[in-house]
Amino acid sequence: MNTFEITMVTGMALITFGIRYALFAAGNRVRFNPLVTQALNYVPVAVLTAIVAPAMFMPNAEKGLDIALDNAYLIGGLAAIVIAARWRKLLATIAGGMSCFFLWRWLFN
Amino acid sequence: MGGRYLEFQIMSSRLKEALLGARDTIPMLVGALPFGIIFGTLAVSAGLSVSATLAMSAFVFAGSAQFIAISLIASGSGLAVILITTLIVNLRHMLYSASLLPYIRHLPQRWRIPLAFWLTDESYAVVQSYYLQPGISSPHKHWYFLGSCLAMYSNWFACTVIGVVLGHALPGMADWGLDFAMVATFIGIVVPLLRTRPMLAAALAAAAVALLAHSLPYKLGLMLAALCGVIAGVTAERLNRSSCNQIEEGTNEHL
Repeated sequence: MNTFEITMVTGMALITFGIRYALFAAGNRVRFNPLVTQALNYVPVAVLTAIVAPAMFMPNAEKGLDIALDNAYLIGGLAAIVIAARWRKLLATIAGGMSCFFLWRWLFN
Repeated sequence: MGGRYLEFQIMSSRLKEALLGARDTIPMLVGALPFGIIFGTLAVSAGLSVSATLAMSAFVFAGSAQFIAISLIASGSGLAVILITTLIVNLRHMLYSASLLPYIRHLPQRWRIPLAFWLTDESYAVVQSYYLQPGISSPHKHWYFLGSCLAMYSNWFACTVIGVVLGHALPGMADWGLDFAMVATFIGIVVPLLRTRPMLAAALAAAAVALLAHSLPYKLGLMLAALCGVIAGVTAERLNRSSCNQIEEGTNEHL
């Protein structure tokens, strides 16, 4: 590891741990008002959707929005959504989504 | 004798909780598997040394931030940009820790420090739904949390090692599209949560803003989209509640 790498990994580690630990450290001194508690319920759905949507609809950031039949990320994602909505099983969603994704890649490449 | 037996009972119920936590995390491990492997291969091909790649997985332990750091290194970004991006991308963990805080605030710091260090999207999803399940009154739920974390952590590190080795053996692997595993995992977590209209509103708003704001620098679009999603969810919940009250007062024709 060179100096740049050591500084980068140390910095990233400290920042990430600081974010994860700040509220846990404060513990009893932190109380949330009802609005915050209500808002926190929506955090996982909002954050994960915000990660997934660009990955499906614009897999190449430079290309912009890519709504086309040969976009395997879009087709695989849609397949995963259908499986998850119908069966609510995580493993089936991952397996089905990935099979569809790779099939599509193979068909259109 | 009796005390000893009791001690053994407590030990085994803690171990049981930890194993249960690890077991419930198995689907997440499967989803993280290709993600971790592809991280190892990409890091090496981006020019990061093997020791720095392994150190990142061991000490940072944040998949999406690690991926983004790799792409920033490959594009020649400076240290400040990488660190600021890490901060923004990982801010969501503060929201996770806020939501888990009521369940862990009784624990001593020697528990809170490792649980905070190991807090990830996947363990959060598993542990939060365990705490929310009614009718489980174990005093050792934090062992469940720990079990889930240790499973994710060892899996992530092992996958990074495999990725580094494979990256040397098969240089073309980075283009296989294994990163889709993360998309499928997150879809599998989110879609079953969309049972109510406010949740659906939160997801649609977050998706729309994420696409519109995707070109913003430092992944600011992600935070903006998450914020808009939460606001949409809360607003929809309030509108829903007030329209329900109106329906109760009046007729049912709006249903």
